[in-house]
Amino acid sequence: MALRPEHEMHQRRKGRNTGVAVLLVSFVVLILALTVVKVTDGAFELPRIETADQ
Amino acid sequence: MSDASLQSWENDAQLGDYFALLKPRVMSLVVFTAAIGLLAAPGSLHVVEAFAAILFIAIGAGASGALNMWWDADIDGVMRRTARRPIPAGTVTPDEALYLGLFLSVMSVTMLTLTTNWVAGGMLAFTIFFYAVVYSMWLKRSTPQNIVIGGAAGAFPPVIGWAAVTGTMPLEAWAMFALIFFWTPPHFWALALFMKSDYDDAGVPMLTVTHGRRATRVQILGYTLLLAVLAVGTAFTGIGGPLYLATALILNGLFCIGAWRIWRRDEAQAEADEYHTEKRFFRLSLIYLFAHFLVIGGEIALGGWATWL
Repeated sequence: MALRPEHEMHQRRKGRNTGVAVLLVSFVVLILALTVVKVTDGAFELPRIETADQ
Repeated sequence: MSDASLQSWENDAQLGDYFALLKPRVMSLVVFTAAIGLLAAPGSLHVVEAFAAILFIAIGAGASGALNMWWDADIDGVMRRTARRPIPAGTVTPDEALYLGLFLSVMSVTMLTLTTNWVAGGMLAFTIFFYAVVYSMWLKRSTPQNIVIGGAAGAFPPVIGWAAVTGTMPLEAWAMFALIFFWTPPHFWALALFMKSDYDDAGVPMLTVTHGRRATRVQILGYTLLLAVLAVGTAFTGIGGPLYLATALILNGLFCIGAWRIWRRDEAQAEADEYHTEKRFFRLSLIYLFAHFLVIGGEIALGGWATWL
């Protein structure tokens, strides 16, 4: 049995790899969203040492 | 190309096989109870934080499921109910399950801690440790009270959900823990009574086998009575209210009657009607837990006792 360039094995693995890619991109988007929320909700503040000195 | 080499890629794990390692059905219960715990807690999280917190709690639960399947692969292969799990089926290797479990454990605990606080992260880490090590590795194969221990692991998610918001674990959070904890033994032992399982072949000590069916019926009644007291008592804590009280009174009344009927019967009677009472009790147990958590959620919207007093 010749191994065709596009063997069924490649299709199966492609499906799995696409799934992993979708999961990773979703994770990145979630981290980005969390970062935006954390930075803008007021709980996160830069140190105020400089402003206190002025 | 030989059949063996064909087999090697046809058995290649798909994403669904890795997902099956995370025990999705257990995860859906975890998502539900953790979400109620999170909503019931005073204070609030941003919707993105709340979503992430529940997701990481669910992933942590999934990680402990993968570690459980790695450890239990030998007995899973022996029992009919579990023989088609990814490791005994040959789609995922034990090492893959172990590494996935460890990776997701570290990832979920770290991310939950960063998203919320260390109390929630610490409780998630403890839950994973409890389920994977204390339950799976240590007690599951050595005590017939294994169901009780395993139930504790399943009872932590609402406590973690609560801690994610407040960073504390007050009485109300533990009341939700107690609901699941004392519900688990009657739920599973009722199932064990009518499911002729092959735990025996696998060497897992189930109460029905080690202490007999009579003792199991007694234990079901005992745990159900304890559960009823705690479940109705919860009505008078911060998460209770009139809707919860009414629901708890009805469901616990029905649950106690069911457990009493199971206790009253012997095997001859049960076999005569094909375990009708036990099956009905098991179905009720599913509605029981779902309804209790649903009305805890409902009381959040209605304002609990404060609206009425």
